[in-house]
Amino acid sequence: MAGPLLDIRDLSVHYKTPRGNLKALRQVNLEIPAGKIVGVVGESGCGKSTLISAILRLMSPNAQVAEGRIGFKHEDLLAVSEERMRALRGKEISIVFQDPMQAHNPVLTIGRQMADIQYRDGTSAAEKRRHAAAMLGEVGIPDPELRLDQYPHEFSGGMRQRIAIAMALMAKPALLIADEPTTALDATLEVQVIHKLKALQADYGCSILFISHHLGVIAELCDEVVVMYAGEVVEQGSVRAVFHAPQHPYTRRLLECDPGRIKQRTRTLPTIPGEVPDLAALPQGCVFRDRCHDAIDRCASEHPAWRVLSDGHHAACHIAGQGGDREP
Amino acid sequence: MTDLLEVDDVKVRFSVGGGFLTSLGLGAAPSIEAVAGVSLRVKQGETYAIVGESGSGKTTLARAVAGLLTAQEGSIRFQGEELRGLPESQFRPHRRHMAMMFQDPVGSLSPRLSIKYLITEPYRIHGLTDRDLDAEARRLLEMVGLPGEFAQRYPYQLSGGQARRVGVARALALEPKLVLADEPTAGLDVSVQGELLNLLSDLRDRLGVAMMVITHNLNVVRHIADRVGIMYLGRLVEEGPTETVFANPKHPYTLALLAANPEPDPDAVLDRIELKGEPPSLLNRPAACEFHNRCPFVRDNCAVDTPGWQAVEPDHHHRCHWPRS
Repeated sequence: MAGPLLDIRDLSVHYKTPRGNLKALRQVNLEIPAGKIVGVVGESGCGKSTLISAILRLMSPNAQVAEGRIGFKHEDLLAVSEERMRALRGKEISIVFQDPMQAHNPVLTIGRQMADIQYRDGTSAAEKRRHAAAMLGEVGIPDPELRLDQYPHEFSGGMRQRIAIAMALMAKPALLIADEPTTALDATLEVQVIHKLKALQADYGCSILFISHHLGVIAELCDEVVVMYAGEVVEQGSVRAVFHAPQHPYTRRLLECDPGRIKQRTRTLPTIPGEVPDLAALPQGCVFRDRCHDAIDRCASEHPAWRVLSDGHHAACHIAGQGGDREP
Repeated sequence: MTDLLEVDDVKVRFSVGGGFLTSLGLGAAPSIEAVAGVSLRVKQGETYAIVGESGSGKTTLARAVAGLLTAQEGSIRFQGEELRGLPESQFRPHRRHMAMMFQDPVGSLSPRLSIKYLITEPYRIHGLTDRDLDAEARRLLEMVGLPGEFAQRYPYQLSGGQARRVGVARALALEPKLVLADEPTAGLDVSVQGELLNLLSDLRDRLGVAMMVITHNLNVVRHIADRVGIMYLGRLVEEGPTETVFANPKHPYTLALLAANPEPDPDAVLDRIELKGEPPSLLNRPAACEFHNRCPFVRDNCAVDTPGWQAVEPDHHHRCHWPRS
């Protein structure tokens, strides 16, 4: 297939609130090439969740797509019928949620839940059960046949998250969305889940959109990374380019703040002083201006355009690529 | 420095399941030991971090110290006085000197009460209502770096980071000697996390308060803790000064935890120790060394003999037959 699997162009999503229109996503451009893992980082409130709900078209009633398109294979997800969308969800696009403790129905066995989601396949109950057991084995659950008859509470947190991954991959989707799938797990289990995800991605050849605010996990798992701030994509590029030579000042500051990079014990950790702008009353010019060390006059008046810095490395900053390439 | 908190061989058991016969008083209900004999000391003004995976008993231990649940065995002395087994009425005067910061910042603030009411609630509980509560609320908010006007707000009007600060202000209202912080940075973005940790370090230096921090984030431990205890299945498997434990871990579980911490560098050279399997169930603890069935360095005697609590240096201990060098 030519072109990216998922191609989001100029996507803007607003929420209608009593305080006015909350511009949660503005002119977002994002590409996910087939067979790649793309990470999205950004602080809470930067629009990561709105982005996911727009792709799945499961938005809250007060959300409104102001403009843009979400190209998936040869269709625009924002234009297809609801019926078509239902056929795509779970089959072509599936999702693993943040909290493994609440992703399953507590009163049904894992086997029953895994059989239920194969309703489209039209296979026999025995066949569905075999498929479910095979998938559990794939994600490294020992004795899958026996464990199909157990309930979610009989599995540990790491296992439940791997079961959620197994269920999301069962229909062999083209795109898997993983919404902070490892935040609830400790370091050793987090690494297990990431490795499993990476191995399965290689086997199935699907693309993954991986949302996280853990920079270490993104660095280890992803091919490309998208940095979001206050509803905009401010930088996108290969993980190596963005982590080694970040071009947007926000990306640089975010990387500096990660305590994982600071090996020396310190009394004062770096932070990004200031607040994210109010999405209902956005300032003119660049959204990061108030918190930026490198702001120039132009930043206050003119919204920075999306600039190509090198092949596949983009940033939305007036001074990107012009001496702004200090190592963090 | 003297020991503010002395915990000795504390055990906390929960009964689980138990069917019809148990309800008739026939047969004992099965129980799990969530905390299975923990001993530790927290000195005045010291920050002690407890690290371990979910289900290792970290939160249960903190709750037992705060008297929010009952430890069946052992001793918990705070400022030299035994707290275990005290009835609530006698516990209360001690609780004034220890404060708990809960894990969920927004969930721990009642949505219908104003911030002023929430942060001055400790005064009301302990009958200290002779002070000017408006002034106190302002003072506490400013201490944690929030504007005094926030007193009039309600929890839903706060961001996650601001709610954490309110939690800190409330915990410090009565000038406690010990703060028990349960996952103080869980769910926070890196920059907000940095702000909160800086605030805690700063307040510790200014107020001389001791802290027991429960976390699974090793990056947090490295920057704020003086000493660290690693918990596995309700027991400490290693304990020592933070820098020593990070530089020279002895127990394989500590080693695996440290090595598993993903680096924010795509070219990081990873020297990982992969653990086998899953953390075992507390209902079915492994024999002898409880880590032996997941340990990459397991040897014959690990499944037979229970390792004791051994000292490497006077302040660095572990529970392993074959410590790493």
